[in-house]
Parts: sequence; C-alpha cells; structure tokens
Amino acid sequence: MKIVNLLAALGLAALGLAGPAEAAETHVAVAANFTEAAKEIAAAYEQKTGDDAILSFGSSGQLYTQITQGAPFEIMLSADQERPEKAVKDGLGVVDSRFTYAIGKLVLWSKSADLVKGAETLKGSNFTKLALANPKGAPYGEAAIETLKALKLYDTLQPKFVEGNNISQTFQFVETGNAELGFVALSQLKGDVGGSRWLVPQADYTPIRQDAVLLKKGTSNPAATAFMTFLKGPEARAIIEKFGYAFGTDS
Amino acid sequence: MPAGLSPDIWQPIVLTIELAGTTTLVLLILGTPVAWWLSRSRARWTEVVASIVALPLVLPPTVLGFYLLVGLGPNGPGGGLARLWGARTLAFTFHGLVIGSVIYSMPFVIQPIRNAFDAMGERPLEVAATLRASPWRAFWTVAVPLARPGFLTGAILGFAHTVGEFGVVLMIGGNIPGKTKVLSLAIFDYVENGQWREANVLAAGMLVFGFAVILAMRTIEARAARVGA
Repeated sequence: MKIVNLLAALGLAALGLAGPAEAAETHVAVAANFTEAAKEIAAAYEQKTGDDAILSFGSSGQLYTQITQGAPFEIMLSADQERPEKAVKDGLGVVDSRFTYAIGKLVLWSKSADLVKGAETLKGSNFTKLALANPKGAPYGEAAIETLKALKLYDTLQPKFVEGNNISQTFQFVETGNAELGFVALSQLKGDVGGSRWLVPQADYTPIRQDAVLLKKGTSNPAATAFMTFLKGPEARAIIEKFGYAFGTDS
Repeated sequence: MPAGLSPDIWQPIVLTIELAGTTTLVLLILGTPVAWWLSRSRARWTEVVASIVALPLVLPPTVLGFYLLVGLGPNGPGGGLARLWGARTLAFTFHGLVIGSVIYSMPFVIQPIRNAFDAMGERPLEVAATLRASPWRAFWTVAVPLARPGFLTGAILGFAHTVGEFGVVLMIGGNIPGKTKVLSLAIFDYVENGQWREANVLAAGMLVFGFAVILAMRTIEARAARVGA
C-alpha cells in the first residue's frame, strides 16, 4: 500500500518534471492528521488545473511556528481554528479567507484485534502505554485529553501517556506496538490497518474543526487561491468525506 | 530563575544530566575494552569493527531512531528484554533512551580512547613487561594513566553529544516529563508552542554549555601536547 503510494508519488513527480514549464505551484502546510486526504486532494487538484500543490506535514503548532518565522507556505490547513484565527490576527493570514474544511473524528485504536471494546477498555488495566499527540501542539491530543477528562480517567491514566510529536507519530507508536493503544484520527484508519477501535462519541470532546487559511504569501499566487477554491469544491469534499471527516461547511 | 518561567523547566535539565551521565559511564565501561582491542588487534577485521563503531557518525539519527523503535518494541529484542521484568517495550523508558544514547554516542567515546592507546605505542607496555608487571597490572598502571587525555576527551564528548541528542529521543522517547523529555525535546516543545522565553533560557544555557565543552577540549589537547613535547 505504502509502496504503491510512493511509486505513484514518484510517477507524479516525474510527470511534473516533464510537464509544461508554466505549471504553477503552491506550497501548502498540512496538519499531520490530514496527510493522506491532502495527498489525494493535491493529486486531484493537479489533474484538474495542471498546477502543483507542494505539501509539508507537521503538527499544527510546529507549522504555525514555522509560518511566523517566514516559512514559504501560502496556505495553512490546520487541525484547529485557533491557529488560522491567530494567523489572521497577526497579519500573516488573509482576512475572510478562513473556512472550516473538515471536522475531525477521534478514535481509540489498538493494533490488537480484541483490545479496544469501548470506553470500558480505558477503565481496565490491561495496557501499559496510551499514546496520544502532544496536546500543546496537536488538536487531536487536546481532544484526547478532553475525552479522558470527560470519562474521569485523566488522573489515573496520565502515568501511562506517551506523546507523539504529532498525530502521525502517535499512530506510528501504536502501529509498531510500542503503545498498546492510542488516540488517533479516524482519517488515519482508512485502508487496511486492522486492530480494534472505538469511535469516541462527539459528546466527549469539542468538535475538531479544522480550518484552512490563505496566507499573505499566497495572495499574489493564483495557484494558491485556486487551491483554496478547489478545497471547497465537490471533488475535494468527496475525498474529505471518504477519509471519515465531516465536511466543514455543513455544520 | 527569572520570574514567570514555568517551574517544570528544571525537570528536563536534571533528566538530561542523568541520561548523559549514565550513558557516559556505560560507554566508558563498555568502550574501554573495545578501544583497547581496536588499538592492539592485528586481526584483519579490526577495521570492520572500527567502522561499525564509527557508523553513528554518518547515519542520520532517524535511521537509528527507526531501528531502535522497532528493535526496542514488543516484537524486537528490546521487548524480549523488557518482558524479563514484565514490561512489553523498552521504547518510552529511560532505559530505552540509555540504550539509544549509548549507540548514538559510541564513536565519540571509543575513538578518542583508541587514539590515545594508539599514540602510546607498544613501548611502555614492553617496558612494563620487562619489569614483570602482569598485563592486567600494566594496563591499569601504565596504559590507562598514559591514555588519560583520551579518556577525558571521550567522557566529555560522549556526555556533550548525548546532551545534544535530538532525533533519536524524539523518535523513541514519547516525550514523557521526568522520564524521556530531555532538554532538546523541551526546547523543541517550547518553540513549537510559542513559549519563547522558556526556549530562550534553555537554548542560551545550551550555548554556554557547548562553548564550555569545546573550550575544555581545547585546553585538554593543548595540555596533552605540552606534556607530550
């Protein structure tokens, strides 16, 4: 699966090199949870417009810090609303360009087929490590903390926490079996990941509204504004929903 | 401590010193016989072993981090070891970080010690042998004192390099306060979250520390050169 993706990416890169010289490109900073969806959207965008979207992945906090320091990003697809809002307030983002492109879902996931049965799994003691994303920089980590507090398990489980720097690393901690279970994004469990999972009820945490914002660096680049428009369109919507997100503008 | 800094800023510093100290100690104990063997062996594959020892110098920390994450995990040898005391993985533990750091900082300790043994040559030990010193005694009373600058350099470099480690601990640490959240991770965290005052304090401290290390190294080298001349 991964290798196929890699080959596809290489193929696209080769096409890009061979393609017409006037193909424009835009640099997009993408929160790690949206990695796979963003890749598909970028591919669809390229197919439709002939322009390249060059994606950089990281935690929302990390990407935001890089943006404040003049990173060459033209669009930010954050995992929260706070940072795009702040970008606008700090004069880094374009006023009125901000919109919610996806609403994320939190999942408790384990690589073992019978470990996760629901909230009661967390109350049990048959695990030693619980992976979550660093709540300071990653909204999915924050949502995991909220969930544990809602279940009144935060204090008991805190000694078992292992923090991934972003949601991708958190996923990888669980995937390698180093942590028996962890809070990841539903979008990461597309494809054949196996194991057992519990979709955390929305009532347990504040909806993870993920906002996109056009950054000042992108205002003069038509490819950047075109990507923002594409992200609101039906093709992008289909991909976003396929990955288990709710589409932002509905709710 | 300047007012307004978060009080947990000290925890990573203490932890980092513990990690670097433990790693250096382990490396001095395990590395000395290796350095001695590398210096004295005439076997053909000596340089093969020397290359393996030097490998962490050229490998990206992510390569080590990846292998360690898998190797320390429940399906790797680290997990097997951890089962001895009922745990299932060595990742996310202080012990796991020590294992990672020992591998990562290995060349920085072994190489200077080997160089010191090499520089000493065969002569002092031959003299010791003619005076009927046993090889063991000659090693401790002749070789080790003569190689002292090498040990000092190795210890300082090993300690400093472990303090400066980032990629490996990021990949296998899990950022647990008091256990695996070392200085470099704390700085990374502070920068990511816009707590620049804290980042600044730690980063400036590292700068001073780094300078002190280099200065100490140069002083040792200069003194060794004077003594040797």
